[in-house]
Amino acid sequence: MLKIDNLHASVEDKSILKGINLEVKPGEVHAIMGPNGSGKSTLASVIAGKEEYEVTKGNIEFEGEDIEELAAEERAHKGVFLSFQYPVEIPGVSVTNFMKTAINESRKAKGLEDMPAKDMLKLIREKSELLEIDRKFLSRSLNEGFSGGEKKRNEIFQMAMLEPKLAILDETDSGLDIDALRIVANGVNKLKSNDNAVVVITHYQRLLDYIVPDFVHVLYNGRIVKSGGKELAHELEEKGYDWIKEEVNA
Amino acid sequence: MDLKEKLVSSFLAFENSVDIDSYVHDVRSEAIKVFEEKGFPSKKEEAWKYTSLNKILKVDYSVFPKQENALDYKDVKQYFIHDIDTYKIIFIDGKYSSHLSETTHDGIDVCLMSAALNKPKYRLVIENYFNKAASKESLASLNTAFASEGAYIHIPKNKIADKPIQVIHFSTGNESASLLQPRNLIVVEENSHVQIIERHQSLTNNAVLTNSVTEIFARKRAIVDYYKIQNDTANASLIDNTFIKQQRESIASVHTFAFGGKLTRNNLNYYQEGERIDSILKGVTILGDKQHVDHNTLVHHIEPNCESHQDYKGIFGDQSTGVFNGKIIVEKEAQKTNAFQSNNNILVSDKASINTKPQLEIFADDVKCSHGCTIGQLDESALFYMQSRGIPKKEAKALLMYAFSNNVLSSVKIPEIKQRINKIIANKLGVDIGFDL
Ligand SMILES: Nc1ncnc2c1ncn2[C@@H]1O[C@H](COP(=O)(O)OP(=O)(O)OP(=O)(O)O)[C@@H](O)[C@H]1O
Ligand SMILES: [Mg+2]
Repeated sequence: MLKIDNLHASVEDKSILKGINLEVKPGEVHAIMGPNGSGKSTLASVIAGKEEYEVTKGNIEFEGEDIEELAAEERAHKGVFLSFQYPVEIPGVSVTNFMKTAINESRKAKGLEDMPAKDMLKLIREKSELLEIDRKFLSRSLNEGFSGGEKKRNEIFQMAMLEPKLAILDETDSGLDIDALRIVANGVNKLKSNDNAVVVITHYQRLLDYIVPDFVHVLYNGRIVKSGGKELAHELEEKGYDWIKEEVNA
Repeated sequence: MDLKEKLVSSFLAFENSVDIDSYVHDVRSEAIKVFEEKGFPSKKEEAWKYTSLNKILKVDYSVFPKQENALDYKDVKQYFIHDIDTYKIIFIDGKYSSHLSETTHDGIDVCLMSAALNKPKYRLVIENYFNKAASKESLASLNTAFASEGAYIHIPKNKIADKPIQVIHFSTGNESASLLQPRNLIVVEENSHVQIIERHQSLTNNAVLTNSVTEIFARKRAIVDYYKIQNDTANASLIDNTFIKQQRESIASVHTFAFGGKLTRNNLNYYQEGERIDSILKGVTILGDKQHVDHNTLVHHIEPNCESHQDYKGIFGDQSTGVFNGKIIVEKEAQKTNAFQSNNNILVSDKASINTKPQLEIFADDVKCSHGCTIGQLDESALFYMQSRGIPKKEAKALLMYAFSNNVLSSVKIPEIKQRINKIIANKLGVDIGFDL
C-alpha cells in the first residue's frame, strides 16, 4: 500500500529525513517510535504532502503510484489521512461544517454528487457516538479552545468520517486520559480491516497495548535504525534509546 | 474645462430646469459656493491621504442624464434581493423607473426625492431635515447643490415598515461616461423601524462616478438597519456620503459589503444626539485586481451613556488597496460612553496593501474605548490541515476567508441578504461551496 524508498527530505536547506525505507501492506499496523526531534512528524507530514518540506531524494509510492507530486488534498482523496500531533485551530468553521466540506470535496474529486444532508447527519451521528463525542461539541469552531484530549479525539472522529486507507496517527495518545485513550483506540480498532493500514507514531507502550502493532520501527536522526515486532516497543519502554544510539554511533 | 468648472458653470442651467422651491434653492446656492471654494479633495488633506481622486476626475463625465432609459426586469433581476417581498425605489441613470419600482404612501412614505422637494405636503419634513445632517465638506456640498432625485423614506411614529426597502441605482452606459448624484433622505420617527438595502450597479464598461449623499434621522427609540451592497463593475467608482443623526435610545446599524468597483470611498458619519444610543458600523471588504476601498468612519459621541460598535474585516488580493480610517470623538459631556472599534485585515497577495488608522479624540474621563487593528496573512498551517482532509487549497482559502468575515455576516438580520452575500463571496473567491457555517 505504502512504499517509501530512500526518502530524503529537508526544510529550508536543513536536511531532516536522511534515507527512510518503509513498506506498509494492507491490514498491517506499524508503530514508529524514536527520540524527540528525530523526524517522526516530518515523515508523517511529507507523506501527507506538506509543501514546506522538500523531497530531495527517493520516492513515496501509494497503491503503486508515485505521490510526491500530488497536492495534499489529492493524497487525501486517494485515502491518506494524518492525525496531527498538534491539530490546528480553525476559528469560525464548525466541526460539522468542516466535515461536510471535507467529505463533499472528496466526493466532488471522485465525480460524485454532494452527500444528501440526511445521510450526512446520520454519518455524523454514528461516528460521534463511536467516539463518544457530545453533539454540542460538533457545532463549536474546529479545535478552537478544545482541550488537548478533545483535539485528539476529534482527529479520530475525522478519521472515522473519512474512512482512509492509510491512517497515520501522530502522537494521538498524548493528552488523552485513560478512558479517552480506550475510546480512541477502540475507535481506531473498529475502523481497522484487512484493506486498510495504520501507522502509529508514539512514545509510549500504553497505546500499543490497545492498538497492537505488527511492526515497530525506531526512527533516529532521520533514519529508521531498527525494526522489530511488538516486543521491541516493550524493550524501548524498559531501556530507553541510549542503547540504540550507541549501536548506531558505533 | 475640468470637471469642477463644468459643474460650477452648469449650476445655473440646472437650477432653472428644476422647480425652484425657495428653501431648497437657498440651500443649493450655498452648497455650490462651498464646492466652488473648496473644490474636490486632494491627497494633501489628511482624510484623503491614501485615496486619490485624480484619475477618476480626469474623465469627461456627462453631468446630467440626457435621455431616459428603460430596463427589462428579467435582465436586472439578479441585482435585486428577489426572494423576499420588498418595496423598491429604482433609478436608471439617475432617473426614476416607475416600471421597476414599488413605492407606497400607505401609512409610510416610500417614494421619490423629486416629489418630496416639489410637493407642498412634504415641505415641513424637507425644511426640518433636508441637509440637516450632511456635512459642509466639498463632495457632500457638490451633491447638495445638484440634489434633485433619490429615495425619500418617511416612517411616521410607531410604525414598523411592513417589508424591507430596496434602493437600486442602475447605470446603463448610454453616455460614454456619467456622473450620478443621488440624494436620499430617510426619516424614521419615534418607535419606528425600517430596513433598507442599497445598491449601485453599473451595467456597462463605460465609466460611472457616483457621488451619493444619504441622510438618515433615527428619532427616539427608532431602529434603522441599512445594508449597502457594493459589488460594482471595474469602471464604476462610488463616493458614498452617509450621515446619521440619532436621538435618544435609537439603534442604527450600517453594514457595508464592499466587493467591487474601481474606487470606493465610504464616508460614514454618526452623530449621537441623545442618551442610550447604539450605533453599529460593520463591514466586509473583499478586493482583487487593482480595486481600492476606503472606509472613513466618524462616530461623534455627544451625550452620556451611549455605545458604538465598529467591526470591519478586509481581505485584499492581487494589487488591491484598502484604507480604514475610523474616528471616534467623545465629548466632555459624553460620560459612560462605550466605544468599540476593530479592523482586521488579511493580505492574500504581496502586492496588496492596507492602511489602517484609528483616531480617538476623547474629552470625557469615564469612558470605555477599545480599538484594535490587525494585518495578517492566511494561516499556512491551517491551509495544510484543511488540505490534508481533502479540501483543495483554493476552497480551503475561501473557507478561511469566509470564516474570518463571518462575525460581521452573523449580525445581518435578513437571511436572504446573508445568502446573497454568501453567494457573492463564493463567486468572488471563485469557489463553489456553501458557506452555511
Ligand atoms: N518547519 C521546520 N523548520 C525548521 N526545522 C524543522 C521544521 N520542521 C521540523 N524541523 C526540525 O526537524 C527535526 C525533526 O522534527 P520532527 O517534528 O519531525 O520531530 P519528531 O520526531 O516528530 O519529534 P517529537 O517526538 O518531539 O514530536 C527537529 O529538529 C525540528 O526542529
Ligand atoms: Mg512529532
